[in-house]
Amino acid sequence: MKILCCVKRVPITGGKMVLTVDEQAIETKHLGFTISPHEECAVEEAVRIAEAQGGEVVALTLGPAEAEEQLRDCMAIGADRGVLLETQGEDWDAQATAGAIVEAVRAEPEPFDLLLFGNESADAAGYQVGIRVGHALGLPVVTGLKKIELRDGAIRCERDVGGARDVYETPLPAVLTVLEGLNLPRYPSVPGRLRAKQKPLARAAVSAPTPQLEKLRLIVPEGQGKQAEILGEGADAAPRVVAVLHEIGVA
Amino acid sequence: MNLLCFVEPEDDLSAQAVGFARTLGDTRVVSFEGAYQPAAWARTLAAEPADAIVAAGSERGNELLAHVGAILDQPFAANATAIDGDVVTRQRWGGSLLEEAQLHGSPLLLTVAPHTQPAAEIGDVETLIAEDDGSPRVLERIEEASTGVSLREAKVVVGGGRGVGSAEGFAIIEELAGLLGGAVGCSRVVTSAGWRPHTDQVGQTGTKISADLYIACGISGATQHIAGAKGAKRILAINSDPEAPILAVADYAVIGDLHEVVPAISAELREAKP
Repeated sequence: MKILCCVKRVPITGGKMVLTVDEQAIETKHLGFTISPHEECAVEEAVRIAEAQGGEVVALTLGPAEAEEQLRDCMAIGADRGVLLETQGEDWDAQATAGAIVEAVRAEPEPFDLLLFGNESADAAGYQVGIRVGHALGLPVVTGLKKIELRDGAIRCERDVGGARDVYETPLPAVLTVLEGLNLPRYPSVPGRLRAKQKPLARAAVSAPTPQLEKLRLIVPEGQGKQAEILGEGADAAPRVVAVLHEIGVA
Repeated sequence: MNLLCFVEPEDDLSAQAVGFARTLGDTRVVSFEGAYQPAAWARTLAAEPADAIVAAGSERGNELLAHVGAILDQPFAANATAIDGDVVTRQRWGGSLLEEAQLHGSPLLLTVAPHTQPAAEIGDVETLIAEDDGSPRVLERIEEASTGVSLREAKVVVGGGRGVGSAEGFAIIEELAGLLGGAVGCSRVVTSAGWRPHTDQVGQTGTKISADLYIACGISGATQHIAGAKGAKRILAINSDPEAPILAVADYAVIGDLHEVVPAISAELREAKP
């Protein structure tokens, strides 16, 4: 089983969004980076499948040179190798991103059996890269999954739909997009991190085509910076809290 | 402008999408019958003549429009809050950030961000027929046994964060939620630590709540969490740090250790009840 996991380097934003002066990006000078939460579960799931029945897990990202850090994180929890489609750090829209991934997939000597994506990235949240890759490669796509089972070379999977679960089946190869909650991703171990440094990582420079969904600027929405009414300190605040609960009609 | 708007039956978000579409032009409201088959439905939508194709920014809405975008090789803007010509304002980061972007495509493909537009009467819905193209479709639906108040629809949610300290620490959170007839929520730190199941997670990658009151206990207020909590009409933060970011989005706050404050509120509620 050969499995591809597509991940994206995103900042750990913490409590407040601050933009760069040109309003083109989040100011990341003081921020760390990670991959989108849904993708953490995609990598974990791929590694579990490979552990259970053998196979190779390839982590792929499109991003700046620094995104090597995120590929090493994926390798630390068990991905076998990384592919970095290296940009100059600019934002790519979903169509361009999918196009570059499709080219990289086609360049592999052996085809993938399973291509895993997060349902949507944490930052741009376009909900579409995996679906576009599926169409371009002529593969079936199922999205928004919280359960994946391999059965006799096919996939049975489930998606939450408000109080119920919809069941899908698809033959392999297939594109699946997953949601956080699919599993509980492991933390990378120290030996895992050491091994990750030795694993192969292929880099290919890619240049951005003209965006079709062209970002003009980012805006921090209003509504932050509210002044909370302090009801009191410690346990002594309880009577005032209960009075407020009555006032707003929830107690 | 002639618009095609996909709707799901008895769906508030679809009604909001119809409302948004009608502000832009003549809107044909369409739906499908039979088992959900996203790629096949999208192929049918993509073949209809329209200047714009619109749906709700729901799981299915976003999925269908992404398929349409892939089939037509056109850009798709998910979770739009406004459009002016071909410049769309859309949500990033679960709504914690907005983006203005130009859509260089035709037809315009977009979904409408939930709860950013007034709902309209959906009115007459035309049923389209999608031919089975062999792509994945829903084979069966498994109904979940209801286990109390659902997080998404609860009137009161009591959430716990890192400050709760342990899985056992949630006993006092559960107690308060029980007294208020509400649901228990938590932050991503809590699910990552394995203290609560992911189904309890409020956030960008968890459940987006719409409670009348959200009581956030020991939650610092990362944007990931706020993206799921901001649908609550009011937020009460209980936090030992008066400078925690949650206070910048809260209506009320109690400064103090949740392990003292939460049981005191529960005790007070019990006393107040006859």
